Amino acid sequence: MSLGVSFDLTVIWALLLVAAVYIYVALDGFDLGIGILYAVFPEKRDRDLLMNSVAPVWDGNETWLVLGGGGLMAAFPMAFGILMTALYPLIILMLLALVLRGVAFEFRWRAQSRVAKHGWDAAFAGGSLVAALAQGMTLGALVQGIEVSGRTYAGGWWDWLTPFTLLCGLAVAAGYTMLGICWLMIKSQGAFRARIRRWGLRVAVVLVGAIVLVSLATPFLVGTYYMRWFAWPGLALSAPVPILVAVLAVLLVQSLRGRFGGDWVPMALAQGLFLLCFLGLGISLWPNVIPPDVSIWEAAAPEKSQVFMLVGAGILLPIILGYTAYAYWVFRGKIDPDEGYH
Amino acid sequence: MLDWLTGQEALFLARLQFAFTVSFHFIFPAFSIGLASYLAVLNAFYLWTGKPIYLELFRFWVKIFAVTFAMGVVSGIVMSYQFGTNWAVFSDLAGPVVGPLMAYEVLTAFFLEAGFLGIMLFGRQKVGPGLHMFATAMVAVGTAISATWIISVNSWMQTPQGYIIGENGQFLPADWWEIIFTPSFPYRLAHTLTAAYLTTAFIVGGVGAWHLLKGRQKNASVRVMFSMAMWMAAVVAPLQILIGDQHGLNTLEHQPVKVMAMEGHFDSHPDGAPLYLFGWPDQEEGRLRYALGIPKLSSLILKHHWDAPLEGLDTVPDDEEPPVAVVFWSFRIMVGLGFLMLGVGMWSLWARVRGRLYDDRWLHRAALVMGPSGLVAVIAGWVTTEVGRQPWVVHGVLRTAEGVSPVGAQAVSASLMAFVVIYFVVFGAGVLYLLKLMSEPPDPTKRGMRAEPGPIRTASPGFSTATVPPEDEMLPDTNSDTDNGEGRTQGRGGDAGEDDGKGGQ
Repeated sequence: MSLGVSFDLTVIWALLLVAAVYIYVALDGFDLGIGILYAVFPEKRDRDLLMNSVAPVWDGNETWLVLGGGGLMAAFPMAFGILMTALYPLIILMLLALVLRGVAFEFRWRAQSRVAKHGWDAAFAGGSLVAALAQGMTLGALVQGIEVSGRTYAGGWWDWLTPFTLLCGLAVAAGYTMLGICWLMIKSQGAFRARIRRWGLRVAVVLVGAIVLVSLATPFLVGTYYMRWFAWPGLALSAPVPILVAVLAVLLVQSLRGRFGGDWVPMALAQGLFLLCFLGLGISLWPNVIPPDVSIWEAAAPEKSQVFMLVGAGILLPIILGYTAYAYWVFRGKIDPDEGYH
Repeated sequence: MLDWLTGQEALFLARLQFAFTVSFHFIFPAFSIGLASYLAVLNAFYLWTGKPIYLELFRFWVKIFAVTFAMGVVSGIVMSYQFGTNWAVFSDLAGPVVGPLMAYEVLTAFFLEAGFLGIMLFGRQKVGPGLHMFATAMVAVGTAISATWIISVNSWMQTPQGYIIGENGQFLPADWWEIIFTPSFPYRLAHTLTAAYLTTAFIVGGVGAWHLLKGRQKNASVRVMFSMAMWMAAVVAPLQILIGDQHGLNTLEHQPVKVMAMEGHFDSHPDGAPLYLFGWPDQEEGRLRYALGIPKLSSLILKHHWDAPLEGLDTVPDDEEPPVAVVFWSFRIMVGLGFLMLGVGMWSLWARVRGRLYDDRWLHRAALVMGPSGLVAVIAGWVTTEVGRQPWVVHGVLRTAEGVSPVGAQAVSASLMAFVVIYFVVFGAGVLYLLKLMSEPPDPTKRGMRAEPGPIRTASPGFSTATVPPEDEMLPDTNSDTDNGEGRTQGRGGDAGEDDGKGGQ
């Protein structure tokens, strides 16, 4: 298999979908992380602050997940069908978790009784955690390979449940938590921010450990992965990735300690880590949409579908990014934990 | 229930799961499409006239909108993935045609709604009235665009065209214009959007009627709410009956079998078919038991002639018939409710003429009972058109049985149980919260929101930037007589009351 890329429409759509999924992870990652952090911030006042920091933007963040799913169906319909069937329990679990944590944004303020209030807090925290784990396991199940016969899934119903997928679930959950922490490094201040910082250092240990384990396990899952990572010429492309990951991880820890940089630096570094992990995955998977056997070209929609959507995406995505950025800008600035809670 | 479920075939369970999740989902957009437009109108009236009553109404309904919208969003995400989890073969085969339409929905509508919702809910003070109005309008437009794409997809499944079948069995697009604008699309779109507006009108009217029955005739917000809703009912209900009639004629032309099931016409009628009002469809026997009908009326409605012949299900192979009883009855529920809505609309006109719109307690009782009628009619209509399409998923081309995922019955019954349990808990609670919000009157002396718990997922109390005071739709514009925190018994409780004071400083 050559690493050469000819930029046909299928490649463009593969890159666009990867970009959509990356934007989803970058954005919804931090608000799912906020939900996971509910587990370690039991006080109502802290929890209000956590939720308020993402309330105006979470809805838009989650829309990228719909684009990822809808885009996969449109651009690679065969892959969508196979993947959703193979990962049926995981996907259903993720959807139900997203339902629970999504409504908690509203219901938390509406509940009358203490029990109900705690219930929706638990739904927000638990739903966020389960969604993150399910997404990580989905990724893991994809990376470890999915058995296909003809145009349909041919594996067993529990193939998605392996030590590797569990590890990936943990890695993604830790990563989302880190993004949530970095978001709060931007949005919070004072004593609260100091507590967040301490959690940041703890989560960093888990995250780096998980990234190392996933990276060590991945090349041994599928033969081609090993070739990509340890044989020439793949090595030339792949070698810088772990080195950069190590550098960014060190910088992230240092910035969380406050050794350098402004509020935005930890977030930028954490996003950089995610980007590198995406790149690493790309090196392993390319050009398969469903490893080990289904390439993007085999699963691609016909050219007429690709062109029709590309016109829309080309015009609309910049506009969407524009008003999304505007919405973030409107709700910019610090949260003061003492303001409004006397 | 578990035993019964696990005894069913995977195909039936997958259909049941889709029907359950889509019906639950549809309730929320059916309401929020109309409500978004109502909010845009209220906000525009407020900016135009400067009368605080419109702002008060906006603030009353925007909280209800936020809760409804959230439930619509989360249940909608489920739908987009269900195509893959339970209808993988359909997704694979029809994906090249319907996938891009759904992608366009996300690009043109989902993002628009989600991007501007935050500003609509919390941003009035942050961005100023002009941009806030723009954001509110964008949310309203987004909901309508979203409906348009989804109806386009559904209409293609009902009346497919503009495609060819590829070597691998996939539907391949040949002409996008034909795919988007199928023959049933304009009728179905008009019928569905009008249904959404009518649904909202009756919910708003029902809430207004509730407060009028509670003796709140002096509350100007309650009067305006009821009056606006009854105008909508009086104008839109007859319009909807006309549109529905046209949609039915279109269905007769393109999906005659569906109309046979709707009408309960098991037999062909060469010289004028009766309109059955009631009856019990017995599909095995192929006849309508206990039929009560008006002779020749069906021919008159569908063919505009007393003696026009109409074919029946006896001309259709058994394995191409939809389940007649479901279609027959869901259609009657929808139509019956439509005429009751028309009745309430006309009644309100009569009461208005006599100057008794706010005093006719029987009208208010009727409007209250009819409050949820739009939701029921919408679901019944959806059942009619979807079950009426069976046994096809793409009408006349791909059978539903051929589109299902190769997922075992046990897996589907487990997921269906999970959906049922979680949806009833989540959306049951949501509906209770909605009813609570609706039952508290918009109070002019407290500028609307006062008696109500803290801000909905608002960013403002702790979220203020250095330059902007914390303000949002949940907080008053002025600091007069607003900030005693009275009645704030839950949510943010006392905290929020203090916020209000600060916000007005």
